[in-house]
Amino acid sequence: MGLAKRIIPCLDVDHGRVVKGVKFVAIRDAGDPVEIARRYDQQGADELTFLDITASSDDRATMVHVVEQVAAEVFIPLTVGGGIRTLDDVRRMLNAGADKVSINTAAIARPEFVREAAERFGNQCIVVAIDAKAVHGEGESPHWEIFTHGGRRPTGIDAVEWARQMTEYGAGEILLTSMDRDGTKRGFDLALTRAISEAVSVPVIASGGVGTLDHLADGILIGRADAVLAASIFHFAEYTIEQAKRHMQGRGIEVRL
Amino acid sequence: MTHIAIIDYGMGNLRSVAKALEHVAPSSQITVTHDRSAIRHADRVVFPGQGSIRDCLRELAHWDLLDVVREAARNKPFLGLCLGPQALLEFSEENGGVECLKVLPGRVVRFGELCDPATGERLKVPHMGWNQVHQLNDHGLWQGIPQDSRFYFVHSYYLQPADAALTVGRTDYGFGFASAIARDNLFAVQFHPEKSAQAGLQLLANFAGWNP
Repeated sequence: MGLAKRIIPCLDVDHGRVVKGVKFVAIRDAGDPVEIARRYDQQGADELTFLDITASSDDRATMVHVVEQVAAEVFIPLTVGGGIRTLDDVRRMLNAGADKVSINTAAIARPEFVREAAERFGNQCIVVAIDAKAVHGEGESPHWEIFTHGGRRPTGIDAVEWARQMTEYGAGEILLTSMDRDGTKRGFDLALTRAISEAVSVPVIASGGVGTLDHLADGILIGRADAVLAASIFHFAEYTIEQAKRHMQGRGIEVRL
Repeated sequence: MTHIAIIDYGMGNLRSVAKALEHVAPSSQITVTHDRSAIRHADRVVFPGQGSIRDCLRELAHWDLLDVVREAARNKPFLGLCLGPQALLEFSEENGGVECLKVLPGRVVRFGELCDPATGERLKVPHMGWNQVHQLNDHGLWQGIPQDSRFYFVHSYYLQPADAALTVGRTDYGFGFASAIARDNLFAVQFHPEKSAQAGLQLLANFAGWNP
């Protein structure tokens, strides 16, 4: 008995609407963030992550409104990422009802931002999102680098070192996405997940590549992740959160049921 | 109409706490306030908190709320959340050592290097996520909440009350620690009921109707 490993569905939000097609049975409005959040809460999601993919910063206010609406009805932790660049962005999201914000590009542009945000708002609400890609050749020892712009632009920063540095700066959690696996349904990059999880003292959320329920369990058991994040396998109703949890429990993982 | 005051001293997001209380106690008036008089006149008081203990006590002093919080903790239904119960003890190790409100005897201690006693696996700090709370008595605030229900936690320091009788809920994270403490009109929890789905909402509903 003890702390449960978490399952976190991730929703992409554009102009206040959930995109990339959520296909629940009998859902009235597949683009409505509140309705989808409520559905995931009912299924037993441990947290929810919203990724604001709105291109224009003029539309950030829309995301604030989404968070306010969801927080008024769904009483589980909410994380918001995408376009968090200033302390004021963090404050607006937390005041709207987010529990954590996830910082990605802004941390690479200016690592001190993570320190400032953690000092001002507490480590517990600062998640650093890391998008990493393997850069080692065949037969070389494993090595991953941080990439930006959806995995297209290398930064030369070593992913494990970066995770360590970010936790020293005050990140309370790491959201780790393998850009090699994202969207492939081939499972997490387990070596990457394990390398990061063992390098830092804070919880690590594994992301990128989930296609089966065994992938989720592998992320915990082999990757040593503390939480697993997935989008499409839940959105397209291939599996419910509860099915995923029962499967993980069957493999000896402690979950909240 | 019952008035529940949520003490706002600039530490963290209180919207979630207010929304959850509005959800379970629609006939109560919920206010988020740092007004001394409003807190004094409230029927019930919620004392939340996030961030560091040094900032928490500094902000309480800044808003001139130290005595008001101590008073409410002694004379009306009072619910401490997360950093709230830590501030109620005597002393915290955080920020190099901070004297707290001394409403209850005990200290606040940092999680050290932790291992799961069953698997030997290293445990992460902060203690973040859904963990079980073992109810040690049949306190009114546990009513309708199944034994060993899970609540959402996120913290790096834990409560170490000096009087074992204060502990009404225990949680295991490498070892057993006090996740809920209570005395008379006061109940305080290390977890976040406002983020703990059904079990958390039930606890808040119980508080809204609690007559110690």
